[in-house]
Amino acid sequence: MNNVFDELHAPDGAVRGHYAAYKDWLAGMAPEQIAQKRAEADSAFHRYGITFAVYGEESGTERLIPFDILPRIIPAAEWRMLETGLRQRVSALNAFIHDIYSAQRIVKAGLIPAEQVFRNAQYRPEMQDIVVRNNLYALISGVDIVRAALPNTASDAAEYYVLEDNLRVPSGVSYMLEDRRMMMRLFPELFSRYGVAPVEHYPDLLLDTLRQAAPAGSDDPTVVVLTPGAYNSAYFEHAFLAQQMGVELVEGQDMFVDDETVFMRTTQGPKRVDVIYRRIDDDFLDPLAFRPESALGVAGLLSVYRAGRVSLANAIGTGVADDKSIYPYVPDMIRFYMSEEPIIKNVPTYQCRKADELSYVLANMADLVVKETHGAGGYGMLVGPASTKAEIEDFRSRVKAAPDKYIAQPTLALSACPTFVESGIAPRHIDLRPFVLSGKEVRMVPGGLTRVALKEGSLVVNSSQGGGTKDTWILEN
Amino acid sequence: MLSRTADHLYWMARYTERAENLARLLDVTYRMSLQMHASSGGYWGAALGITGLEVAYKAKHGEKIEAGNVLRFMVVDLDNPSSLLASLKAARENCHAVRGTVTSEVWETINTTWLEARASATQLAQGAMQGSDLTKYFEWVKFRSHLSRGVTVGTMLQDEAFHFIRLGTFLERADNTARILDVKYDELAPEDTTSNEYYEWGALLRSVSAFEIYRKVYRDVITPNRVAELLILREDMPRSLHACMKEVHQILGFVANARSRETQRIAGMGYSELRYGRIDDILEVGLHDYLTKFLDGIAGLGNRISQDFLVPMS
Repeated sequence: MNNVFDELHAPDGAVRGHYAAYKDWLAGMAPEQIAQKRAEADSAFHRYGITFAVYGEESGTERLIPFDILPRIIPAAEWRMLETGLRQRVSALNAFIHDIYSAQRIVKAGLIPAEQVFRNAQYRPEMQDIVVRNNLYALISGVDIVRAALPNTASDAAEYYVLEDNLRVPSGVSYMLEDRRMMMRLFPELFSRYGVAPVEHYPDLLLDTLRQAAPAGSDDPTVVVLTPGAYNSAYFEHAFLAQQMGVELVEGQDMFVDDETVFMRTTQGPKRVDVIYRRIDDDFLDPLAFRPESALGVAGLLSVYRAGRVSLANAIGTGVADDKSIYPYVPDMIRFYMSEEPIIKNVPTYQCRKADELSYVLANMADLVVKETHGAGGYGMLVGPASTKAEIEDFRSRVKAAPDKYIAQPTLALSACPTFVESGIAPRHIDLRPFVLSGKEVRMVPGGLTRVALKEGSLVVNSSQGGGTKDTWILEN
Repeated sequence: MLSRTADHLYWMARYTERAENLARLLDVTYRMSLQMHASSGGYWGAALGITGLEVAYKAKHGEKIEAGNVLRFMVVDLDNPSSLLASLKAARENCHAVRGTVTSEVWETINTTWLEARASATQLAQGAMQGSDLTKYFEWVKFRSHLSRGVTVGTMLQDEAFHFIRLGTFLERADNTARILDVKYDELAPEDTTSNEYYEWGALLRSVSAFEIYRKVYRDVITPNRVAELLILREDMPRSLHACMKEVHQILGFVANARSRETQRIAGMGYSELRYGRIDDILEVGLHDYLTKFLDGIAGLGNRISQDFLVPMS
């Protein structure tokens, strides 16, 4: 791809204004100083155990997520646009979920086909007409944003696009916070020189958001974080957030339901739980309601939830709005619920369930990214230009067999940011995941998690596929 | 606090303390075996006896008790759940499960201990399990345990989490001191007055950091009865049964709940016996019988603590 937007250099080779001061500073650093800082970061991350488990490898394997010490810098004006756009988008998504589980106006208005919603595996009929506090379902959203030029356009025509809305249990915010902490430890002088907007108050915002979601009448609600346990890939984050918020980190076995109430077992006897920030999927929440074999959840939880005596964040059934088959309709949702034009664009998307779009996809597979509608984490997708003929043919037959399950998008030239790699500093593709909190207001800390594809040419930034992270700097002026 | 969290904290502390005491025991056994070459086999047999590992050892290494094999089994063998390395691993895994409850300094300390212990154990295991590398390793384990305890006391809020950590530490230490004393006392006949005796009792004192303390307290030759008195009844000796049970009793008062009354009473009885007991009366019963009963009491107390606080049925 020759139209990659370079975050550092303008097309004429000049350093972009918001990077200038940093570039000067970096030029003044000796290579051995940089090498020492990188080693220091590695050892600190290791000692602190900021790791994740990789599925499919030897059980209990823990790996460090590679951390790159070169920050990704975004000017204030760009962030203001993104922030307004995110607020708009997440508000519309919450309105959509509420609508789907109550009046279903958007379906009746003919904007989204009924079967797309009600035959979606993520649609939860149990949620119909349940009263959810403040009508907010996705309290914590992680919206993946890329800056990219569409094929056959100039690199500097690149724009920000939403690639994916993660409304179930988005992860990564702990890396955002730890990356910042690491950068401040390694380069304290940079933060006084640059006006970098702080992110450290995220846990306070999160706790406040969770408390606002408590069932009506609980004045001093007890909030807990529910984790599948220490062997889950995101366990570090679960423990980190519970600690930062000063709340209990519970497993399913620590809780039980009695008298239409959820309790946790404590050293002082049973204690009532009001809000559960659950980091397990809907399917595992309650063995009586969903998967009976699940040992991760709490038997009877759903009945307490339906009675409005415990709150879940996020609510059950939010997946109906972040499914890739629903994604193409988000701009229409924004127009429908907000009466506004979308501020951040969707990536143009072909729905294979539509005959004409399917034939286009089949004819142009080598140029497209084809995704399973239910896939996540970089699994179940085909990046046409990076695949062999055999891989493309294999995917083609899968798409033909079940076109409903696939969408396709043009292969975006994700923007590239200078990154340390073995050969020195080189541009690597990045994305951005801001974390959006929905309470009485929609709030977020400036920036988010920048993920970087460390392999040359790779467009896949997921940590499970060899991606790394960077600190994200939103400049204050 | 969550019962499961308390359980992890308590066991994290017990395993950390266990590793330290095992390092102490093995260190002194190794030093003694170097000085008294002739009876070396007996020392290693006693070390296995203290920890109740004789059967497991023989299942793996056969009837012959040989220093290198015993050390390998008790230091680096992860198949032996009571080995030093396995204890540090268990401490780390318990801490990992509640890393949000302890301060980041505590977690970093326990995690680093495990990462480094594993790395140096791998190196040790490739060698002959002897020499200064081995004794340095024991020193290092003790040092890391001091660090864990120090970072706990120095950084943690003195809330329930802290109390359950301390409860684990002192219950485990009471158990370990009693075991060390029991086997040595059994092994060394008190009437024996050869010069070996001096070294052996001296070594026992050193294994619990009590050699200088003995000198300070008694200003006299080392006699078995005084050693027993020091390690059982002295309130101000930090590893004595008395000092440990005093802490256990006090901490149970801090964490008391609706069902722990009986547990507190039992701990109080045990503490009173040490507080008001006399060494002559203990020796009249027989030290071995006394310590056996004490160890049973500790095990019973451990079970009661689990039921009342850590894994309650409802």
